[in-house]
Amino acid sequence: MSLLRVEGLSKLFGGVHAVAELSVAIEPGRIHSVIGPNGAGKTTLLNLVTGIYQPSQGRILMADEDVTALSTAARARRGVARTFQNLQIFFNMSAVENVMVGRHLHLSDRLVPTLLRLPSVMRANRAAQEKAVELMRFVGLAAYLDAEADAMPYGALKRLEIARAMASEPRLLLLDEPAAGLNPKETGEIDELIQKIARAGTTVVLVEHDMKLVMGVSDHILVLDYGRRLAEGTAAEIRANPDVIRAYLGTQAA
Amino acid sequence: MTKSAAVRHAELGTASVAEFLQFLFSGITVGAIYALVGVGFAIIYSASNVINFAQGEFVMLGGMATMFLLSGGEPLWLAALLAIVITAAIGLALNKFAVEPAAHRRGGGASVVTLIIITIGASIFIRGAAEVLLGKDSHRLPAFSGDQPIDIFGAKLDPQVLWVLGALALAVVGLRWFFARTRLGKAMLATSCNRLAAELVGIDVRMILLASFGLSAALGALAGILTAPITLTRYDIGIMLGLKGFCAAILGGLGSPFGAVAGGLLLGIAEAMAAGYLSSAYKDVVAFVIILAVLFLAPGGLFGAKATERV
Amino acid sequence: MLRLASARTGGLVALAAIVAALPLFFPNNFYYDVAIKTALNAIVCIGLNLLIGYAGQISLGHAGFFALGGYASAILTARYGWPGLLAMLAGAVGVGLLAFAIARPVLRLRGHYLAMATLGLGIIVAIIINREIAITGGPDGMTVPRLWVGGWRVSGAVAWYWVAAGALLLAVWLSLNLIDSTLGRALRALHGSEIAAQTAGIDTTRYKVLVFVISAVFASLAGSLFAHAEGYVTPIEAGFLRSIEFVTMVVLGGMASTFGAVAGAAILTALPQLLTVFQDYKHLVLGAILIGVMIFMPNGLVPSVALSLRRLRPPVPAS
Repeated sequence: MSLLRVEGLSKLFGGVHAVAELSVAIEPGRIHSVIGPNGAGKTTLLNLVTGIYQPSQGRILMADEDVTALSTAARARRGVARTFQNLQIFFNMSAVENVMVGRHLHLSDRLVPTLLRLPSVMRANRAAQEKAVELMRFVGLAAYLDAEADAMPYGALKRLEIARAMASEPRLLLLDEPAAGLNPKETGEIDELIQKIARAGTTVVLVEHDMKLVMGVSDHILVLDYGRRLAEGTAAEIRANPDVIRAYLGTQAA
Repeated sequence: MTKSAAVRHAELGTASVAEFLQFLFSGITVGAIYALVGVGFAIIYSASNVINFAQGEFVMLGGMATMFLLSGGEPLWLAALLAIVITAAIGLALNKFAVEPAAHRRGGGASVVTLIIITIGASIFIRGAAEVLLGKDSHRLPAFSGDQPIDIFGAKLDPQVLWVLGALALAVVGLRWFFARTRLGKAMLATSCNRLAAELVGIDVRMILLASFGLSAALGALAGILTAPITLTRYDIGIMLGLKGFCAAILGGLGSPFGAVAGGLLLGIAEAMAAGYLSSAYKDVVAFVIILAVLFLAPGGLFGAKATERV
Repeated sequence: MLRLASARTGGLVALAAIVAALPLFFPNNFYYDVAIKTALNAIVCIGLNLLIGYAGQISLGHAGFFALGGYASAILTARYGWPGLLAMLAGAVGVGLLAFAIARPVLRLRGHYLAMATLGLGIIVAIIINREIAITGGPDGMTVPRLWVGGWRVSGAVAWYWVAAGALLLAVWLSLNLIDSTLGRALRALHGSEIAAQTAGIDTTRYKVLVFVISAVFASLAGSLFAHAEGYVTPIEAGFLRSIEFVTMVVLGGMASTFGAVAGAAILTALPQLLTVFQDYKHLVLGAILIGVMIFMPNGLVPSVALSLRRLRPPVPAS
């Protein structure tokens, strides 16, 4: 059983196919990468999988359940979490609170106990906070436990998004260009972090331009071009694939 | 018997035609004001994405300033002209001193809520200033060309209404020319389509924003002057007019001046018909019920484009 | 987090102390009256702040809910002889249901469209109250019987002061509880990034509806108390300008700050009343304050002051 399967998925923007008749399966417990030139439809694919966009055609299945019609929140409940290429941080909260929001699905939010601040609410608050702190340490943000989100540098915010996504204990983690804008040292740390997450049992789908990172961590790579599948396979296979070389370097190279 | 019934029926027919026309005239008159206010909303919005809640105050200022200058002994045409200039200057000042400092703050512009509150603050400020400087009385300007009503199929048309409609028609034609032919108009259009691109090709976006406030204020003042002989003017008429003009602009798709004209006329006529045939007590509700229905059924306005968020 | 918890308790205690000490400085009943109005306005603002400041949704029509609460109490007690507390409860339930019914279509809107819709709803309520003279007394308003709580007849400025103050402290406490919880963080999250909130599994529509209903109920209850305290209620309470006044208080005091909402309400209620010089210039000054605060202190008074205080203090070492 695939963790995620898309079948005949298409998304049109004003007549242009951002994703075209794509069928892919993501198997559990590995690091999958999606690569391709700019505009190949990578982020669109993530937006379709998380329900931010509705597909023009096709189906999305999670653990064999058709989730195409479900809302973003409902898909999150089925174990999908993600980060964003253009950061989507809650800048009106502290760093820890950002991660605590990620715990949302595991916490009760009943109105009356909340308003009366019953002990159960306090306990849940404390537990959520402890978990958030633990996750911030896990992604390497121990120095920012007291920080407000709007006072943190870019590289730290990228990790904060990962911590927030991990807080929901997802089965499937979608990372949209986690290394974009980072220096080589930071990229190396993200590399380790991704492997750590995968080892802990979460399936990772990585959209990334940094080829060194992709080739190093991926068990399986999907190459998109103009919204279509160009190639699929291990890093070695992709490196040797003439179609991929042509798409990336132009026809002369082939 | 049959004959008298037929006559009565015919009389009833002409009476109801006259009645209908009467409602229509008053609807078009009010609609023209809403249209001119709505155009002001649309021009500023398309140039800057700011909804200027002080738009209705420009209408009040036009009428009140004309009245003030008139009582100072100026001839009507000069008083009206000066009132338009003064109001436009206030519009420019509003942008310069209230909107621009917030909209162009370092580190990202102000939020929608902030800008709404600033322009509401400005409207309260202008109203308060008018209250202190010009008093709380109602005023009626003299009609421009007599007040002998014109009889059309039994309905009475105030000649001033022709002035209002003429001005609206002129404003529409003038704006079409402005946006299609003049450098400033084209630059304004370009800015509304894509602000960044406009900036990149060398358009001074701040200048455009300033001009849009001046133009909107002048149009509002014009509406205020032309309608003051019909509807009276007072320091606080701007609130309702502003809100109705906002309705007109939203009905017309928010960014489109010509949509706002259509929206304004539509609202005015709907209001007059509802007041005439249903209940005059609930006349003011009509615009808001229409706008809520439109917003609920089409959350982006009638002609609003659906934007996709990029993440 | 610890810091937040202590700020919360400390703030509540400080507010309670201020409320308890204030009467020592009141020379006459007029001051009590201003304080009562302040407290009741503040309750509306606390609710509105949950909507605007925390969840990031604007409403330019909350005076409608305030007036509906006031008129529900007025009409049910005066015309139908209901007990005051029951009428108040019925008003709150009715307003809550109304808010629930309209919340979904209204809160689907954003920005200017949301402003327009809430404004329109408020105005419709105001016009209905103005026109249904047989029930509401029309533009002249209507008198409201005194409130009985059990066998106690709440009358006189001093008694009302303690009732209003108690209600205010309760409202502050509830609001603080709400904010520092899973629910409150969900509200703030949908303000920060709606898409990220949904991705974290938050059903954003549900929370928008919830906070809209809560803020409407706060306004309704404050309106009921207002009607009884004043003994009188007029359609002005439902008006557009009243709605703007509430929003102004929230913004002036500081968005996303419960104590800010209280401070904003206190300043804008008390200042014009206490400085009679203002009377003629009331609108002029109000407008100038609005513009000035938005330009120079876009975060409002309390958060701006808190920020500069925090900058004075040495940074807290990471735990």
